[in-house]
Amino acid sequence: MQTHTFKPDMPPPKQAIGVLAWLRENLFSGLFNSLLTLFALYLLWLIVPPLINWAIINADWVGTTRADCTSEGACWVFIQQRFGQFMYGFYPSELRWRVDLTVILAIVGAAPLFIDAMPRKARYGIAFLVVYPLLAYWLLHGGFLGLDLVPTSQWGGLTLTLVIAAVGIAGALPLGIMLALGRRSDMPAIRVICVTFIEFWRGVPLITVLFMSSVMLPLFLPEGMNFDKLVRALIGVILFQSAYVAEVVRGGLQAIPKGQYEAAAAMGLGYWRMMGLVILPQALKMVIPGIVNTFIALFKDTSLVIIIGLFDLLNSIKQATTDPAWLGMATEGYVFAALVFWIFCFGMSRYSMHLERKLDTGHKR
Amino acid sequence: MKMVKSTLAVCTTAAVLGVSSFAQAGSTLDAVKEKGFVQCGISDGLPGFSYADDKGNYLGLDVDVCRAVAAAMFGDATKVRYSPLTAKERFTALQSGEVDVLSRNTTWTSSRDAGLGLNFTGVNYYDGQGFLVNKKLGVTSAKQLDGATVCIQAGTTTELNLSDYFRANNLQFTPITYDTSDESAKSLESGRCDVLTSDQSQLYAQRIKLAAPEEYVVLPEVISKEPLGPVVRQGDDEWFNIVRWSLFAMVNAEELGVTSSNVDEMAKATGKPDVARLLGAEGEYGRDLKLPADWAVNIIKQVGNYGESFERNVGAGSELKIERGLNALWNQGGLQYAPPVR
Amino acid sequence: MQNTANVPRRGGSVLTDPKLRALIFQLLAIAAVVGLGWYLFDNTQTNLEQRGITSGFAFLNNTAGFGIAQHLIDYTQTDSYGRVFFVGLLNTLLVSVIGIVLATIIGFLLGVARLSPNWLVRQLATLYIETFRNIPPLLQILFWYFAVMLSLPGPRQSLGVLDSFYLNSRGLYMPSPGLSETFGLFFAALLLAVVASVFLGRWARKRRETTGQPFPVLVSVLALLLVIPGAAVLIAGNPLVWTVPELSGFNFAGGWVLIPELIALTLALSIYTAAFIAEIVRAGIQSVSHGQTEAAHSLGLPAGKTLRLVIIPQALRVIIPPLTSQYLNLAKNSSLAAGIGYPDMVSLFAGTVLNQTGQAIEVIAITMSVYLAISISISLFMNWYNGRIALIER
Repeated sequence: MQTHTFKPDMPPPKQAIGVLAWLRENLFSGLFNSLLTLFALYLLWLIVPPLINWAIINADWVGTTRADCTSEGACWVFIQQRFGQFMYGFYPSELRWRVDLTVILAIVGAAPLFIDAMPRKARYGIAFLVVYPLLAYWLLHGGFLGLDLVPTSQWGGLTLTLVIAAVGIAGALPLGIMLALGRRSDMPAIRVICVTFIEFWRGVPLITVLFMSSVMLPLFLPEGMNFDKLVRALIGVILFQSAYVAEVVRGGLQAIPKGQYEAAAAMGLGYWRMMGLVILPQALKMVIPGIVNTFIALFKDTSLVIIIGLFDLLNSIKQATTDPAWLGMATEGYVFAALVFWIFCFGMSRYSMHLERKLDTGHKR
Repeated sequence: MKMVKSTLAVCTTAAVLGVSSFAQAGSTLDAVKEKGFVQCGISDGLPGFSYADDKGNYLGLDVDVCRAVAAAMFGDATKVRYSPLTAKERFTALQSGEVDVLSRNTTWTSSRDAGLGLNFTGVNYYDGQGFLVNKKLGVTSAKQLDGATVCIQAGTTTELNLSDYFRANNLQFTPITYDTSDESAKSLESGRCDVLTSDQSQLYAQRIKLAAPEEYVVLPEVISKEPLGPVVRQGDDEWFNIVRWSLFAMVNAEELGVTSSNVDEMAKATGKPDVARLLGAEGEYGRDLKLPADWAVNIIKQVGNYGESFERNVGAGSELKIERGLNALWNQGGLQYAPPVR
Repeated sequence: MQNTANVPRRGGSVLTDPKLRALIFQLLAIAAVVGLGWYLFDNTQTNLEQRGITSGFAFLNNTAGFGIAQHLIDYTQTDSYGRVFFVGLLNTLLVSVIGIVLATIIGFLLGVARLSPNWLVRQLATLYIETFRNIPPLLQILFWYFAVMLSLPGPRQSLGVLDSFYLNSRGLYMPSPGLSETFGLFFAALLLAVVASVFLGRWARKRRETTGQPFPVLVSVLALLLVIPGAAVLIAGNPLVWTVPELSGFNFAGGWVLIPELIALTLALSIYTAAFIAEIVRAGIQSVSHGQTEAAHSLGLPAGKTLRLVIIPQALRVIIPPLTSQYLNLAKNSSLAAGIGYPDMVSLFAGTVLNQTGQAIEVIAITMSVYLAISISISLFMNWYNGRIALIER
């Protein structure tokens, strides 16, 4: 029998592989495209080199005072010198370990929740959600069990930003879920109340909500009943955010196939057990990415507390730029603030995208 | 239902944070006595009047009023808790009972006294509105400011005075209003506006915060009366009296030559009847005010008399170096005058 | 569920009747809401009375007594607080409208760029989107204002173009048009051109419908609009007189000025919102399946018409609802003006007026209602538009 050996494959034509081909395919596939590429290159050339020069090459990195910033570029000395204030605000410097510990506990405590193989995750998560806030309150605020009191007027910087964001979402979640359930309720009165509540908070800007909570809330309450300024801001943030959470959760509830409701009802489950055991676990899982996105929006919105005079990260930076010893550092300050916010928001949005892929259980129709 | 839930959530949050305080219904005096400290509303940062030093301690002329009240009530000037307030928040904070006394460079006007349910207890600083300009503009009088862009802080009496002044003198101007004085200062420095207007005391404070203070001058004109003083809620007369007389005690002490260093000796010497009455050695004037007999001694010992407080915070002993001017005692050509203790 | 009523009740307790339970539950809820509302109202009432705070809307007629940097309607300091409110409202609307237009343009361009076959352009668009949507809008506003606008040179060292446009830390100054005596003729010519275009359009459509012959409407309308008024200008001379800004005293005088607060605010808001709009547009275009393009091509439609008649109408249906909420967000975010002293409704009315009058409740209530009204009208309009372009299923 005659064996037939194939000749080895010819290499593809030069024009179809390699750098040149890629360039031709992706950058210069026509006259218009070539022009676009040239324009984009020109834009890059306009922006990138000066930016790198300013931020890195010509920047000052070491020193202690403004006088150490001798070159034309950015003066990162400013950030370095004020770093503590940006992170902790006016939190007494000898007590800053308490903030650090709070953050470390949050990371260590929450880490198991991100391990897929962790057994009894839900039970652990709920325990964490109950214990951690008390612990964090004790550590940050103190005033009992041997820790000195640090009044909230001294909280500031990134710490305050994180506190507002965390408390905001923790408070808004349960409230938002209740509102979403109410909006899909069979009872018209409940529905109307919830829809009004949701649409009201979604229609007004957060600034006016913060104004209201800081200026008007005291007038609504009986005489002598007072909240700390931070708590008032938190109340505003929670009410505002709960409306957005409610809309996200409603999306999840709507996406649950009707069969699930009917099956649960057929099993003889009452309303609360049907929701708690069948519908919500599926719906919430589906909307976790949406909730993360809401959280990102909330995180960005925390910067608005500047308007009612709380010293969050942005306000601390703004305050520092008015220090006579560091005048003219506005750009550095804002770039730093932008970077911090960006890292958090970008990280979370990536995480949300990852979740979206992971949790896609095929309910979408 | 959901609203109830929301209120519940709100209340729980508050309870968790543990900062809600169910204080009083009725008398501020009783409430303050019960909680053991004075909650004092101050400015969110005004050198000389109320500002925090590096360690977070509050200092200033306005802060001293709070400390004096605490000293009179409790014999301890440190029994004060401060609430830094923005210009917007200050009146509601007082009205709602969030603070017991507002000592935040607040101008005494009829509408605030009558329409807002507040009472001004006195004047701890006589101020007037002025202008701060860059020397390069070559302006020597406010009358030359026709067509200028003016930076002001929003929602203050200065905003109204400015309009009145320009209208009265038939001048045009463009106002740029900011929420905080820091923003106005930055704006002046960048050339967004030609002139910054504010109470003169604040202008001096702003000027030292600029990068090149020597390039800016305060124009000679003073275009308004700005009596600044501590404020309390209306209809709470006992408390009103205490705040008012804490300030008067400081002014009287200066007039009688009682200072923080000689107050102990003066209290023992009964030679001067005025001094003896003030310091509680004669008569029971403290009891009328529902204060301990040595109330004034405590104020003067721990806070100082008005002159000492002035020099330390805004006068020669400070960076601001403001002259006494209108704030000198009445018998030295100024306006500071306190009714006698008797 | 519907035959619950027919099932004989076990136990027979009234409490187990789901209908009755629902009724009781609802009544309780209403009672709770009303009770809470009454409680808050009563507290407020007592508080106001006890503290001697005057209430009511009478303050709106009082004289404001302060100046405002930018007012679209005539305003002097002797006007009332009521007028201040309208000045603020118009300023808010101005920012919102300019912002929405700019954001839509930038957003659509970026959304298309995200899908460009050009790798570099695609990456740049992604970079833009990921950068700007992850930075708080307030921070962007502060950056544009304090770091960019305020570091421009002062009025005497303005950056000028053609001796008629000037940019400095006081804003962007530009010539303003005024009417000359020949404007009447110009206007008549313009009117004529418009009327002619309308008739041309109608005739062209009729012809296409009857004969199937296309007519280059766009080109001819443009030509009409250019030629007729152009001829009028040539014959009679310039219909507009331009007032050029000139340096006098402290500032430039004459012409129009965009104050830096407005520039910073609109720039920041439109750049921020554009990042979101771009993603919406990309998703919208991607939602139209490729088969549609192929089908259109096989029908013989050229690329332009495929895009205009097939792709965009379908993509818009996906784009409009989220776009609406972005517009709403932009309108609400315009309240961040308070951070840089732009006289919008929040900083002017809920800021200055609130502080001058002390009427916190009334002022905040008015402000919130206006925002609610703006939100509701934008969503109503977009719902109407969405309904108009929605797929009519047969």
